[in-house]
Amino acid sequence: MATGYYFAHRHILGIEQLSCEDIAHILSTADSFKEISARPIKKVPTLRGHTIINLFFEPSTRTRLSFEVAAKRMSADTFNISPSTSSTTKGETLADTARNISAMHPDIIIIRHACSGAPLLLSRNVQAAVINAGDGAHEHPSQGLLDMLTVKEHRGTLSGLKIAIVGDIAHSRVARSDIVGFTRMGSEVYVYGPSTLVPKGIDQLGAKVCTSLEEAVTDADVVMTLRIQRERQNDPLLPSLREYARHFGISRQVLSLAKPDALVMHPGPVNRGVELNPDVADGPQSVILDQVTNGVAVRMALLYLVMGNS
Amino acid sequence: MNATWRIVNGRIIDPVNSRDEIADLLVIDGRIAGPDQPVPAGVQEIDAAGCWVVPGLIDMHVHLREPGEEYKEDIHSGARAAASGGFTGVACMPNTKPVNDNATVTAMILCRAADAAVRVYPVGAISQGSEGHQLAEFGEMKAAGVVAVTDDGRPVRDSQLMRRAMEYASDFGLTVISHSEEAALSTGVMNEGPVSTRLGLKGIPTAAESIMVYREIALAEFTGARVHIAHVSTAMSLDLIRAAKARGVRVTAETAPHYFTLTDEAVIGYDTNTKMNPPLRSAADREAIRIALADGTLDAIATDHAPHSILEKELEFDAAANGVIGLETALPLTLALVRDKVIDARRLVELMAVNPAAILAVPGGALSVGAAADLTLIDPEREWVYSADQVVSKSRNTPFLGWKLQGRAVLAMVGGRVRHSLLS
Repeated sequence: MATGYYFAHRHILGIEQLSCEDIAHILSTADSFKEISARPIKKVPTLRGHTIINLFFEPSTRTRLSFEVAAKRMSADTFNISPSTSSTTKGETLADTARNISAMHPDIIIIRHACSGAPLLLSRNVQAAVINAGDGAHEHPSQGLLDMLTVKEHRGTLSGLKIAIVGDIAHSRVARSDIVGFTRMGSEVYVYGPSTLVPKGIDQLGAKVCTSLEEAVTDADVVMTLRIQRERQNDPLLPSLREYARHFGISRQVLSLAKPDALVMHPGPVNRGVELNPDVADGPQSVILDQVTNGVAVRMALLYLVMGNS
Repeated sequence: MNATWRIVNGRIIDPVNSRDEIADLLVIDGRIAGPDQPVPAGVQEIDAAGCWVVPGLIDMHVHLREPGEEYKEDIHSGARAAASGGFTGVACMPNTKPVNDNATVTAMILCRAADAAVRVYPVGAISQGSEGHQLAEFGEMKAAGVVAVTDDGRPVRDSQLMRRAMEYASDFGLTVISHSEEAALSTGVMNEGPVSTRLGLKGIPTAAESIMVYREIALAEFTGARVHIAHVSTAMSLDLIRAAKARGVRVTAETAPHYFTLTDEAVIGYDTNTKMNPPLRSAADREAIRIALADGTLDAIATDHAPHSILEKELEFDAAANGVIGLETALPLTLALVRDKVIDARRLVELMAVNPAAILAVPGGALSVGAAADLTLIDPEREWVYSADQVVSKSRNTPFLGWKLQGRAVLAMVGGRVRHSLLS
C-alpha cells in the first residue's frame, strides 16, 4: 500500500462506500490471512477478548458460518442471535434491539436483515462496528469482496475484465455489490436476465444491460450466475424454472462462448439444473468452492480492519 | 374578544377581486369592511409593511388523526400547526379510527373543532369503513357537514364503486377526491427507478398512479360528475389531467410541497421521513409538477399533512409508515417557487386559497367586503430555521427538519381573531 493510506471505515455497510484503495487493501489483507486457514492449528490471537455478535434476521447457513469461522480463527468470542431466539417476535424494534445489544458492549455486530438499509439503522444506534452480511436487495459487501478476491487470484488482476452476471439481478444484493465493486476496480460488468428480473436503472450503477445471453457471455472472463426464485410475494416473475433453465441457464454450450478459461461463479446456494447445468457447476472452470474458502479470509480481514480502526 | 383591526401598508393580493396593491384593510367585528367605511375610534393597527395580505390559506388535504390516534395529532394540535403555517382552514381526511363514514363521526369532529384555531372541514369516506364495498351515507354526512368524500389512504379498487360514488356524490354537490393508486402495481416503498435499484428498495412505478388517474378521468367524463385528484406525483398523470381539462372534463387536481421540492434522491440514506405515498418521484416528474402549477393543470397545493410518531417511523424503511407532516412548511416551500419565478404571488394565492375554497365550495379564498375576516399575513423574505423545537404539530416526521427556509406566515386571522402571530 502507498504510504499514508489507512483504512478509515468504522462500519462495512456496502461496497459503495469503499474506494479502490480500500478494496485493494481488504483483498491484500484477506490474501495474507488465507495461510492461517491452511495451518494445522487454525487460530491466531488477534481478536482475543473481542465480542462479536452475529445478528441474523434472515436464515443463512453459509454466510453466518463463514463469519463465525472467521471470528473464531481470530480468537474472538462469538454469539449468534436469530429471529426465532430474539425479541423481535415480541414487538421489539430493530432500534430497541440495537440499543439493548449495545448495552452489552460488543465490539462488532454482523447483521443480516431482509430490509434494505437495516445495517445503517443499526449502526446509528450502537457503539460497536457494524458489518453488513446482506440487507434486502441492497448490498452484500463481504460476498462482493470474496468474489473479487477469487477473480483476482485466478486472473491476477481486477482491471480490464469482462464480468457477466446472469439471473435475478432485481432481487440480488450480491449483484449490486459485485457491479459496484468490479466496475470500481476497472472491470466491465454485463448483466442479463429475463426482463422481469432486471431492475430499472441498473445501468446507472455502472452495469451494461444485455439483450441476449450471448451478448453477456461472449468473451467473458467470468460468468457469474445468481439464484432464481420463480415467484416472490405474489409477483409473477417467471412461468417455470424449466423454461428459465432453457433460455437463461448456463450450459456448456453457452459457456463455450466465453473465454476458454473463463471462471464460473455462483454465490450459492445453486439451483442445480436451473441457473447452471450440473456439468458446468461441477466442471473444471467452476470456482464456486474457492469462493467459499475465500469468504472466510475476506471476513477475517474485515473483522481485523474494523477493529484496527476502533 | 377583539375582532376589529386596521391592517396598514400591506400588499393586498386578492385574485378574486382583482386586487394587487399596497393598501390598508379594515376588519370590523370579524368581517372585511369596505374602503369607505369609517374607521372605528381606537382601532388596533397591524403594521403589514413589507408583507402580503392574502385570503386565509386553505389546506384541502390533512390528516388530523382524531378520533383514534391522538398520540400522533389531534384536531386542536393540528389546527395550531395549521395556523402557524398561515392556514385558516383545513379539510381533514376520513381515515381516522373509527373512519369518518357516518354523520356521528362527522358531528364529533366538528364539535371538537368548534374551538380549534382554524376552520376544520371534514371529508367523509366514500365507502363504509373505507373498505371499498358499500357506499357510505353521503346525504347524512353532507347534512352533518362534510365538504367532500374520499377513501384517501385506502384507494378504491372497484371501478364500479368509484363510478357510483361519483354519480351519487353529484346529487349532494359533493366532490369525490381520488387517491389514485393501482394497488397491484403499488407494492413497493419508494419510486421505481435508478434510486430504488441502487438502494435495493422495492419500487412503485409511476404507472401505478397514472393508470388510476386515467380511470377517474374516464369515469368523470362518462358520468359528468366532478372528481378531484389528490397528491399528483407523476408527469404522466399531469399529461392526462391537462388533456382531460382541455376537453372539458370536470377534473381538478392538487399536489403537495414535497413533490415539487424533493426527488427520490432524498431517500438515499433510508430516512423514513422521506417515505410517503405516493412516493417522491424523479427530477423529471418534479419539473412537470412545477410546470403544471404554473399552467393551471394543477389547481391546488395541499400538504397531505400526515403525522406519525417515532413508533411508526423509527423503523426499517420497509416497515415505516407512509407520510410526512407539512402544514408548517408548505408556505415557505411554495414561496421558493415564487422566488424561482416558477409562479407569481397571485398564482400562489390561487393555489393555496382561492382554488381550494372553490373546489370544496367552502367560504374564503377572497377578501371581499362583508366576508368573514379569514386572512394571512406573509413576510416573503423572513428567514428562519425549521428546527425540532419549533414544530407545532405533535409529530416531527418531516424531511424538512433543520432546513433554512425563507418566507413565513407572520399572522393568521380567522373571523377577525388572531390565531397565530409573530408580530410584536
